[in-house]
Amino acid sequence: MSQAAVEFQQVTKNYGSGNVLENFNLVIPKEKIVTIIGPSGCGKTTLLKMINRLIEPEAGSVLLGQQDIGELNPVELRRSIGYVIQQIGLFPHMTVEQNISIVPRLKGEKKEHLVARTAELLQLIGLEPEQYRGRYPHELSGGQQQRIGVARALAANPSIILMDEPFSALDPISRVQLQKELIKLNEQVRKTIVFVTHDIDEALKIADIVVLLKGGQVIQQGSPKELLERPAHEFVREFLGQERFQLAYSI
Amino acid sequence: MHQLWTTFQASWEVLLEKTQEHIYLSLVSVVLACLIAIPLGIYLSTHRRLANSVITTVSVIQTIPSLALFGFMIPLLGIGPKPAIFALTLYALMPILQNTYVGINGVNPALIEAGKGLGMTRWQLLWIVQLPIARVVIMAGVRLVAVQTISMATIATYIAAGGLGDIITNGMSMMDTPTILLGAIPVSLLVILINILLLQLNRWLTPKGLSDEKTSGQH
Repeated sequence: MSQAAVEFQQVTKNYGSGNVLENFNLVIPKEKIVTIIGPSGCGKTTLLKMINRLIEPEAGSVLLGQQDIGELNPVELRRSIGYVIQQIGLFPHMTVEQNISIVPRLKGEKKEHLVARTAELLQLIGLEPEQYRGRYPHELSGGQQQRIGVARALAANPSIILMDEPFSALDPISRVQLQKELIKLNEQVRKTIVFVTHDIDEALKIADIVVLLKGGQVIQQGSPKELLERPAHEFVREFLGQERFQLAYSI
Repeated sequence: MHQLWTTFQASWEVLLEKTQEHIYLSLVSVVLACLIAIPLGIYLSTHRRLANSVITTVSVIQTIPSLALFGFMIPLLGIGPKPAIFALTLYALMPILQNTYVGINGVNPALIEAGKGLGMTRWQLLWIVQLPIARVVIMAGVRLVAVQTISMATIATYIAAGGLGDIITNGMSMMDTPTILLGAIPVSLLVILINILLLQLNRWLTPKGLSDEKTSGQH
């Protein structure tokens, strides 16, 4: 019955300088691209990293499906969740193929299977397998590198992918292209994508659901259209920017 | 030149024996130093506070003049190859320790974050990411140590540890140049040879993606 991919229940996180999140509740629906936005320090990256237990909450629980992730082995948990970071983080001493297949290899999958899987993923992200599988990360452009980063996150076929400002270090042209590709990609692969960004245009463009945070609280959660048409709070208007609302009305 | 040749003909068996002793002293010391300093460096890279005091302590050893260090060995361990190996190993620790520590810590934090986030255990992170990337730096330390140890093993003759230093000091006491050269030339050749060999080995071991590095994990 439950359509929640991830659920935060009464989560509190404290970094010593006050609570970043306090009794925080959020339901992230399945198979949607969910973007998390908000002013810096609002807890969006903290929230993301709690899903794969790179950060542990002080109180409350994070559920994956029905399972409390606090009860799962963190290493196993991370292997079952895709992860894409801003600095891309491809391993420079490994080929594209080795980078993409790292998680299945950690899980001990067979080699024949990996070769086929890599080819499939390269095709999916629009890079010719024969041409790219043997290359090293430094031989690729930034946009290509982050495509490989996305492929690596998809390799073990996780149902959830976490993306921490994945496109913000790219040049504007690659960024726009990767945003488009991500939307198309998810029409095919149907993953739950949790996407943290500080780029409001990006957040509105790629999202099925936008979550706007401020001071560790959800200000509004809804489709981009809902946020623009029915802002729940003056802050929504303020943060998204007045001109976006005028634009939305004019359409 | 002619004298050197006759000396060589007369005592090539001794030369061979002393060369073997010399290689034995150096090799055992370098291997021991690697076995101690590399794991220690890895350990210290995750215990930074401890790292400072340990590295400072080990670097003090480096400041003791080599002849003095061999001298200290006599009251402590007596004479012969064993105390010599002990002293040479102590001397070899610092460069390997420091390079391991710096190499592992120099790995780009984004790679650690990625590795962790993808589900690597602490050990996998070390073997799959940190060590391969730090290997170039660690091996540079090992090469430095190999060269330094072969040179220094020449002095081990003063505590009766054998090696090519025996021939050199023997020649010196007799004021016999050909004998001095009979020890000095092979030891110099040995150092040069090992240096070239290890340089090649490093080049060969360097992962392809790091060899013409632009975006590598090192600073």
